Formats: sequence, structure tokens, C-alpha cells
Amino acid sequence: MADRTFPIEGTLDLTPAHVHEHTWLEVLHEWVTTVDHKKLGIMYVLYGFFFLLVGGAEALAIRVQLAEPNNHFLSPEVYNRFFTMHGTTMVFLVGMTIIFGFANYLVPLMIGARDMAFPRLNAFSFWMTAFGGLMLYYSFLGGSGLYGVGNAPDVGWFAYAPLTARAFSPGNATDYWALALIVTGVGTVGTAINVIATALSMRCKGMTLMRMPLFVWLSVVTSGLTLVTITPLTAAQIMLVIDRYLGGHFFDTQAGGSAVIWMHFFWIFGHPEVYVLVLPAFAIANEIIPVFSRKAIFGYPAMVAASVGIAFVSLGVWAHHMFTIGMTSVSNAFFVLSTMLVGIPTGIKIFNWVATMWGGKIRFATPMLFLTAFVFQFLLAGLTGIMLAVAPWDWQLHNSYFVIAHFHYVLVGAILFAIFGGLYYWFPKATGRMLNETLGKWNFWLFFIGFHVTFDTMHFVGMLGMPRSIYTYEADRGWGHLNLIVSIGAFIQGISVLIFTTNLLWSAFRGKVAGNDPWDAWTLEWAAASPPPVYNFPTEPSVSSRRPLWDLKHPEDPDWKYE
Amino acid sequence: MDREWLRTILRTGTAILFFLLLPAFAFADGPQPVPSIFAPASTPASDIYSLSLFVLAITGGIFVVVGGLLAYVIVRYRDKGDESDKREPAQIYGSTQIELAWTVIPILIVVVLFLTTARMIFAIQDAPKPPDALDVTVVGHQFWWEFRYPKLGIVTANELHVPLSTNKDPLPTYLKLYSADVDHSFWVPQLAGKTDLIPNHPNITWIEPKSTGLYLGQCAQFCGVEHAEMLLRVYVDTPEQFAAWVKNQQQPAVEDPQVAAGRRVFETESCMNCHTIRGTAATGRFGPDLTHLMSRSTIASGAVPNSEANLRQWIKDPDSFKPGCLMPAMQLTNQQLDEVTAYLETLK
Amino acid sequence: MSTATLIPHATHAPEQEWNLPSRGRVAMYCLIIGESAIFVIFVVAYIYYIGRSLTGPTPREVLDVPIFNTICLLSSSLTIWIAERSLERNKIRLFGAWWALTLVLGAIFLVGTGIEWHTLIYEKGLTISTNLFGTTFYSLVGLHASHVIFGLIGLSTVLIFTLLGKVREEHSERIQVLALYWHFVDAVWVVVFTVVYILGR
Repeated sequence: MADRTFPIEGTLDLTPAHVHEHTWLEVLHEWVTTVDHKKLGIMYVLYGFFFLLVGGAEALAIRVQLAEPNNHFLSPEVYNRFFTMHGTTMVFLVGMTIIFGFANYLVPLMIGARDMAFPRLNAFSFWMTAFGGLMLYYSFLGGSGLYGVGNAPDVGWFAYAPLTARAFSPGNATDYWALALIVTGVGTVGTAINVIATALSMRCKGMTLMRMPLFVWLSVVTSGLTLVTITPLTAAQIMLVIDRYLGGHFFDTQAGGSAVIWMHFFWIFGHPEVYVLVLPAFAIANEIIPVFSRKAIFGYPAMVAASVGIAFVSLGVWAHHMFTIGMTSVSNAFFVLSTMLVGIPTGIKIFNWVATMWGGKIRFATPMLFLTAFVFQFLLAGLTGIMLAVAPWDWQLHNSYFVIAHFHYVLVGAILFAIFGGLYYWFPKATGRMLNETLGKWNFWLFFIGFHVTFDTMHFVGMLGMPRSIYTYEADRGWGHLNLIVSIGAFIQGISVLIFTTNLLWSAFRGKVAGNDPWDAWTLEWAAASPPPVYNFPTEPSVSSRRPLWDLKHPEDPDWKYE
Repeated sequence: MDREWLRTILRTGTAILFFLLLPAFAFADGPQPVPSIFAPASTPASDIYSLSLFVLAITGGIFVVVGGLLAYVIVRYRDKGDESDKREPAQIYGSTQIELAWTVIPILIVVVLFLTTARMIFAIQDAPKPPDALDVTVVGHQFWWEFRYPKLGIVTANELHVPLSTNKDPLPTYLKLYSADVDHSFWVPQLAGKTDLIPNHPNITWIEPKSTGLYLGQCAQFCGVEHAEMLLRVYVDTPEQFAAWVKNQQQPAVEDPQVAAGRRVFETESCMNCHTIRGTAATGRFGPDLTHLMSRSTIASGAVPNSEANLRQWIKDPDSFKPGCLMPAMQLTNQQLDEVTAYLETLK
Repeated sequence: MSTATLIPHATHAPEQEWNLPSRGRVAMYCLIIGESAIFVIFVVAYIYYIGRSLTGPTPREVLDVPIFNTICLLSSSLTIWIAERSLERNKIRLFGAWWALTLVLGAIFLVGTGIEWHTLIYEKGLTISTNLFGTTFYSLVGLHASHVIFGLIGLSTVLIFTLLGKVREEHSERIQVLALYWHFVDAVWVVVFTVVYILGR
């Protein structure tokens, strides 16, 4: 691929083209042994996308089983494994991998660096995470093997004690859950350390912290939050393994241990974890919405402050997942307050996005379609979140399909929509080709329709008293028709994802050739070639504002005059 | 360009639908098979319902304002596709006043919501217990409910009877919640919010049902393979009905000599190791108390109706109704099954 | 579509000092934060379960305060600090000596812990499965000891390089980053010691 960046003498790659032809074995070797952040980023995203398809298949199986009452498509054992694996897969093998994949690919490019701070740690972390995922799925082959649906975890993705004690889960299902996630956790922490060190120590000249793209800011905040989020889960899982293998009593209620303490430890991980998942969606929004509105982001300093604020406050809200366990009224009230407070900086971000679009010239290319839907859906998700924060109402809604609807609104409606938008936006940078815009629009509209058919309806099913984690339900409860609608929407989403997969595969080989900067954007990654050479930039850039390419394109009205 | 209008219409439509459908669930008083949280028949469910309407109003207002702004922005500021106009719009970096305003207003909303919520938390959780309240001890098992009335000397399972509470004669039922194994949760949406049953961590909840009838619920904390079939039936009785029920439950088991053979099967085929039948030698505690099995309308914790055929099939092979439940199939012969079923059918 | 293919170079601001923190130091601080979170969870579990064991033995009955061990470990922070300063002044032999002393002090601590555990298991009857105290004690102290082991592996590696003559003044920054980890391990011991041997008894 010819280097399209500015031809400074001695920096062009003049190697003749035929030398670059490799056998597939050489290509495989290159990817397996790479320490290049771009290749690792792509592998993270492809790995995550693969498990999105797997987790999605698990979801579709669940929805077939629930489409009518007293169904027999899946036995209870199989169903319980599927919903546990669906949740575990989507959080750890899809969410965490894709977001760190994006960060890995983009952070060095956006700060004008050559690679991450610790390239070998980067590779090690990726392979740890990848291996952990394989370990988790190997569980399907354990026990009596695939046809007996193996030994996959079946204790719910939050694995409450004492259901996970040897007495109540005698097989190895729980062990797979705990051990696989300890392994992926090591990888995640390694990448988080790498992102922070890169952003703090490898910025190009002139890029002060307040000139970093918001994507980088949010990647740093996400990584910092990860350091104190994943580690409590690792600690709790080590305790669980000690209980199960060494006869420990951490969660052994017969020995005076506490089931509640598992809940505390899990949710001290679990709540900040959802912020770890959503902050990168904000990161993507902060890059795409301004570019497609043709305006700078409204209120950059406030966005930084809100992100940091969200990270800190999110560490103090965890027990809103435990309103029904019998905490004192004072404790309950405290967590109501902290939960509502974290909603404030989160809500402010929505206002900032709307204000960015206000007065702009909005182009609704596929990335912007996804990100506009993101804002709308995140608003709704936030509002149902407020409903859940009201503890007495949560005493009804907790563990019902209303909660499932709420968190899927965030995870799918906000995060996955933002990820799709980000994929459409940065695919040209990573591959040098555009994703097909017509397929993109089909992808978007089908996904939007399917999403709303499923998850809007799901709120009502929850309000009609349907709890979660049940493999079937009685016919007379009035949940049958609504569940059927939910299931239909799921299949529409499935078709949409297939369209995306087609688009991905087709465009990688046949997509329209993109230039360096197909979207007319303003951050440093668009100054590198598409795809960038392994060294990213032939000379180290230096910047004097938040939008260095805007300054280049608008020398009469540069940003540094106003900052 | 019709796409943007389509999106606006879809959004407005969703919002309208939400508000239209909502009242549909607010059935008037009384029990119904659909356990909707919007059809309360008891304090505290009715208090929660009022609070939820207040919260819905506020969040609905926020939705209309912010969603409306978003819809407006999408339509008004879209790129009209005029190729000749290549100017970029005015770059606005921020505005301290606007940002201050949209920080302060949400803070105020949070203050209002928090104070309202806190008040209700204290009202429900710390409500003083009247001395004549009915006490029920609930013990959660995998996958059935044990109900004990300590002051009345009653032990039963899966189907709870409580007395009606009127404004003139308030008679709340206080439930102490324990677990014999893993976490469970007691949820009957029309009566109250759910409270968990956690081993080594007793909890208390209370209900004050205001209309008679049968209320449905189920376990709401994943507790293992048959969590889905750990169903709840709560019968709110008039004072007379309740007194009659209590009186019956307090009797020891019916002794009908015609089914002596079945009783012998029960006692010799290890049924008595898990089950209690008061007045006999069976004092097992692992499974439900069967003393008045025939006073219940379902078996297997609500999984199937309590008919003779179902009972026989359940004893023959519990996994056929509830695969993975903890009652083993005792490999009884057909004759033994007939006899023991006939015996159990006398336990009214 | 933009046609800009230039790498931005700031023409506006004059050349200023551009100092960024060392990536090794940043990474080590991040690792310390993450590890601290793990320790916090184990400490919380320990504190929560104080006095809640249903059976004996209790801490008071079986625990002896490991004063000697603690002195060794905490002074190893001092010796490593001296080693760091020696290397900064290019005094390689002095650096090697103080570094080796740090290693020895750390090893003494580890051996002392091993002896303590041996006594507890075989003479006093306290194992990880005995009761809540046993579980939380061995988990917390063991977690700390495993971090001491990781530290000692790092220290040994550096000692080997020193003996081979490969370590010079310009490696000061990296040595200090490793020493930071060692200081962290000592700081954690202060907390564990207080919680287990003072609060818990």
C-alpha cells in the first residue's frame, strides 16, 4: 500500500510492491506475533465481534424458548447455561474486548504517538483475554460434552453465593466461570495500564491534557476506572475458588459466612463495570457527533469534568442492585441519593451533545444515524434508570424484565449503537476502504426497528410481574403475546447483524477506496494514511489546539485563537 | 429527507404508546391472574404505585423536553444537501450560563425525587409493627415455600392464606423471611415489593391486603434449575374464611382406615424422611408438610394443579413436571402408586 | 472530502519545554492502584468476619505478633532506598550490597511467615478451612506473601544483572520503578499487620 502522507525526503517506503506479497503462513505468523497496537486493536474488535455473534445466538435461543408459555425448546438446565453464558459473554468477551480494541487502535494515533507505551504488554494482555474467553467456552465441552450441553456456567452472570458453593453447584460450571474471568481480568488490567501510560507519557508536542481528543480522555478515565473495578471481581473470584477448592468459608453461610458480602463485592465490581462499558460509547459519540454536525463539541471542559465525575461517583452507587436484600432504610436512602447524583453528569452529557448538534449542518451518513439513535436511546435508558433508583419502586422492578429492558437499552441501545457508528466511522482508517453506505442504512434501520420492538415491549412485560432468569412461565399470566413480540424483534436484530457482517466482509475487499480523511474530520488519526503504516506518522506531529486538522484546513479561523 | 420525519414520527409514536398503554394496566381493585405492579391490592404495593406515577410524570416531562429538543435539532439543522454552500457553521465552544442552568435544574429535580423517595423508604421499612399483626415465618427452599404460623401452630407450604385488612380493622401480616439453602425472593406484585430470602440473613416484610381473592407471584431471585417453577399463591381471606382455614390446618392429619395401605407405603418407602404428616410418624423437614395437602389447589409449588392424576404422576416421576427438582423418583410399583395417592387424597 | 494530507506542525506556539511523566512510573502507579483494590477487598472481608467464626480457635489464642519479621520487612524499604540513592551516584558496588541486603531481609520475612504458618497448622490446628478466621487469615496474609515472592523474583533478577556487571547509573529510573513496587508491598504489610495482629486480636 502506497504511503499517502506528506512526502518528506527519506521517509517514504520505497520497497517495490511484490516484496510485500506473503504466504498465508507468513501473514498468520505476523498477526500472531505482532505487538503493533493497530493489529492488536483489530484483533480485539474481531474477537469481540465473533463473540457478539455467539452471544447473539444464545440470546436468540433464549427468545425462542420464551416466545410462548410452557415451551420445551430448551430444557431448564440448558436454558440456565445459555442465559448465564449470554450475559458473561456479552459483558466480558464482547463489551470489554471491543472497547479496549477501539482504545488500542485509536489512542496512539490520536495523540500522535508511534505505538502504545508497552507494546509487548499489549500483546500479552490481548492473548490473556483471548485465552480466557476460550477457557470459558471450553466449558461447553466439559461434563458430558456438547450433547449434554457440557459444563457451561449456569449460575447467572452474577453467580450469587451460596448457589455457587460446592454444595449447590457440585460440577465444574462455577469453576469455569471464576477461572476464565480471572484470566481475562489479567488481560484487561494490563491493557488499562497501557492506555493510561500511553496517554500520559506519549503525547506529541503541544498536546496538553486539555487538548487531547475527548476519545482519549474517556479512554483514560475508563482505564483508570477499570483498575479499581475488575480487581474487586478478581478478588471475589479468588475467594470463591478458595471456598470451592481449599475448603474456605468466605461465602459459606453454614459456617457463619455471608451471602450478602458476595453481593457487595460483586456489585462493587458490577456497577462501575457498566460505566467502564458506557464511557467508551460516550468517547465515540464525542468524536462522531461533532464531525457530522460540523461543529466543535459544546463544552469540552465540562465534558472532561463530567466524565471524571461519573467515574468517581459510580464507585459509590453499587448497592442500588441490592435494594431488596434487607439493608437498613438509611443505607437504602444513601444509595438512592448517590445513584440519582451520578445521573446528573450523565444527563449533562446528553445536553452537550444536543447543543453540539444545535446550529450545525448535520450529515446523516450511517455513523451519524447510529449516534443520533444513541442519544435518543441513552436518554430513555437514563430515565428508566432514574425509575429504578427510586428504591420502593425498585422493590417491584428489581429482578424483573423491566431491569433487563433497562440495561439492554444501555448496552445495546446506547453502547452497541455507538460501537456500530464507530465501526462505520473508523473502518476506512483501519482498512483504507469505506463500508457500503446502502447496506449501512439497511443495517441501521433494521436494527433500530428490531431494537425498539424488543426492548420497548420488554419494559411492559416486567411491569406485569415477569421475573428474570426463568426458563418458562405460566400461560395465564398474560405475558405470552408480549414475549412473542419481544422475540420477533430479536430476530429482526439478528438479521440486521447479518447484514452488517456481510457489509464488513464485502467492504474489506470491495469497498470504495477511502482517502486519509473521508469524513473531513479534525483529529490526528485522519492525518495518517488509511491504513496507517506501522509507524503511524513519518514525522512526529505537533499541535496547538484540540482540532489540529481544523487548524490546517481553516488557517483563517483556527481553534487556537479561541482556546 | 423523509427519513428524518419518519424518525420523528416513530419517536412521538413510541412516547404516545407508552402513555396510552400505561393506564391499561391500572386495573381497579382486586386480584387478577396478571400480577401487574400497576394493579395494587395492598399496602405497600399501593404506596409504591402512587410514587411510581409521580416519578413517571417527572421522567415523562424530562423525556418530552429533551426528546423534543433532539427531534427539533435533527429536523431543523440537518444538512440540506446544498452543494454550493461549503461554509462550516459557526463554531460554538460552550456557554457558561447555559451549562450552569442545565446543571442546576437536574440537581433540583434530584433533590425533589430523593426527598420523596426517602420518605417512602422510611414509611414502608420502618413502619411500626402493630401488636396484633399476624406473624408468618417463610422459609425458602429449592424450589418450594415453607409457611409457618408460629402463634397458630400451623405449618403449610406454597399456598399462603392471610386475612383481609380493612381500614376499620387493620390486620397486617408480617412475614419473617429465612432461607434453608440459597437466595430466594418473595414477590407478589399486587401486594408488595419483593424482599429476598437470604441464608444467615433474616428479613422482614409486611402486607396489608385490601381485597380478597387469589394473588399470584413467584420466586424472584435465581435459585437454581427450577427457579422458574417456584410459584406463589397468596389467598386473601375474609375473617370468617381465614378462621375456618386456620381451624382446619390446626387439626392433625385425617386418619382414614380405608387407605391404610397407602399410609404404609408412605411410611416405608422413605417418604417420611422428607415430609411431615402431623399425627403420624412422618416428621421429615426437607420437603413440604403434607398434613393438609388436599387443601391446596396446586402441587409442586404451583407447577401443576392438584388433581389425582397429577399427584400420581408427580410421585411417580417428579422430573416429568419439574426436571431437576430435589424430590427423587422412588421407583414405586403401580400398585404402590395407586395406594399412596389414594392415601394422600384423604389428607384434606 | 478533505484533501489535507499534511502532518500538523504547530506554527503558532513557541517551542516550550515538553516534559511528560515516565511511562514506567505511570504504569507502576497504575498497577499499585489495581493491586490495592484487590487488597482492600480481602481486608474488608477480614474485618467483617472478625469475631464471627462459629468455632475456635480465635486470633487471640493462636496468633503471636511477628515483630521481628515486620522489622525485617520494613527496614528493607530503607535499605532499598539507600540502594536507589547509591545507584544515582553511580556507586555500583554499594548499590549491589544494599540491594542484596534488601533481598535477604525480604527472604527472612518470607521464611518467618512460613515458620509461623507451620506452627499454626501443625501445632495450633488452624487451617484455611478451620473457620472464618482461618480462611480470612491465610487468604490475606497469603496474598501479601505472594506479592513478596513476586517482589523477590524482581529483586533477584536485578541482583543477577548487577553481579554480571550490566547495571549502570542510567538504569536508575527503571530500578526506582521496581523499588516502588517493593515499597508498596511494605506499605500493604503495615495495613495487614495492623488489621490482623492488632485490630483482630
